[in-house]
Amino acid sequence: MAGFNKIVTRYEDALAGLTDNMTVMAGGFGLCGIPEGLIDQLVKMGAKGLTCISNNAGVDHFGLGKLLDTRQIKTMIASYVGENETFEQQFLSGELEVILTPQGTLAEKIRAGGAGIPAFFTPTGYGTMVAEGKETRKYNGKMYVLEESLTADFSLIKAYKADTMGNLIYRKTTRNFNPMMAQAGRITVAEVEEIVEPGELDPDFIHTPGIYVDRVIQGTFEKRIEQMTLKQPAHA
Amino acid sequence: MALTKDQIAQRLSQELKDGYYVNLGIGIPTLVANYIPEGIQVMFQSENGLLGMGEFPAAETVDPDLINAGKQTVTAATGAAYFSSSESFEMIRGGHVDLTILGAFEVDQKGNLASWMIPGKLVKGMGGAMDLVASAQNIIVAMMHANKKGDSKILKECTLPLTGVQCVSKVITDLATLELRDGAFHLLERAPGVSVEEIQEKTEANLVINGEVPEMRLSAPVPA
Repeated sequence: MAGFNKIVTRYEDALAGLTDNMTVMAGGFGLCGIPEGLIDQLVKMGAKGLTCISNNAGVDHFGLGKLLDTRQIKTMIASYVGENETFEQQFLSGELEVILTPQGTLAEKIRAGGAGIPAFFTPTGYGTMVAEGKETRKYNGKMYVLEESLTADFSLIKAYKADTMGNLIYRKTTRNFNPMMAQAGRITVAEVEEIVEPGELDPDFIHTPGIYVDRVIQGTFEKRIEQMTLKQPAHA
Repeated sequence: MALTKDQIAQRLSQELKDGYYVNLGIGIPTLVANYIPEGIQVMFQSENGLLGMGEFPAAETVDPDLINAGKQTVTAATGAAYFSSSESFEMIRGGHVDLTILGAFEVDQKGNLASWMIPGKLVKGMGGAMDLVASAQNIIVAMMHANKKGDSKILKECTLPLTGVQCVSKVITDLATLELRDGAFHLLERAPGVSVEEIQEKTEANLVINGEVPEMRLSAPVPA
């Protein structure tokens, strides 16, 4: 009996049930805090026609860029998609549909989706292209735009530590979109650096409670750096 | 003489006040972190989930798990906090950030700004810019007064798709400090050696000039 044991040891089990035309959320900001092994597994499985929700679209041939190489993504919902030539080509040829969403609105759409809230009013984007065709309303003299929430068939997230029950802790700025996506996925799969026994994580410091997490797999991560910036040596 | 980007950053740094939480956009605004006036403490918010962004790391302390919103490797300052993207934008939209400094392609006299899209060119996305300007009270735009062709970027009405409406409070350029009030730009300061006439010539928008316009004071020397 598995009980609350969420651990899977094989990547094919981690993403079992992920099929063509599904909606998939992937955590990360740029290449920071992305589920590298789960993306590789998705490439291996070859599920096509995916709607992919992620803040960015990876870079050429890394991160979600790998799914662009294999043309598995049909629709991309993101806030910023620079740094990716494959993306540009597929976007310009009309092969790839792109829904650009302000970053804070994207985060809140995902948070709301996982929290059972279908839509919300936000000041972001009022009076811009983003608000076109959307309901607006005035509250206390200020205008707001109605935005609908997002959920996914699968959420692929990355955490630092998990216990076998799926409680998660993130490290530094890898947290980004991962906690909200954990909540918004019908099936949430967490790829982590270390798995510990229940009780080893302090309940006061758990970022994502295990109730949101269906499967946990231990991965190894390249953690590629997009912009290496170093402190300049002091001026002589 | 028109200011260099570093000098614009230096002038911008005079807008920092002790105890401010500040979000700096990519480009000139990022340079402001190099000119924090002595005796004041500020905390920089990076919208990917860091309050208390420190300086760039030394080679031996680089951590791929710690980046800023420009995806650059950074460090965390003493007293920093990490959080999710949704919480980050709760801080931003909720009006908890004291000052936001960002770049723009165009600003107009209604306080609108355009900074994310040039029709006909490839669109990369707005990132967090629309959220940053949506309800902050104190938004300063840092940019060049005119584009490379010499056309004014300070307009009666923006021509490019907007990032936000009626949100800009001040604009600091290589030529001038402008404050937005009552549907017009008020000329507060000139860059050292730049004439009021030159600023007028390079400002397409309505420009209100009251009496003598003082020169900006750039206290600290500009590093070579």
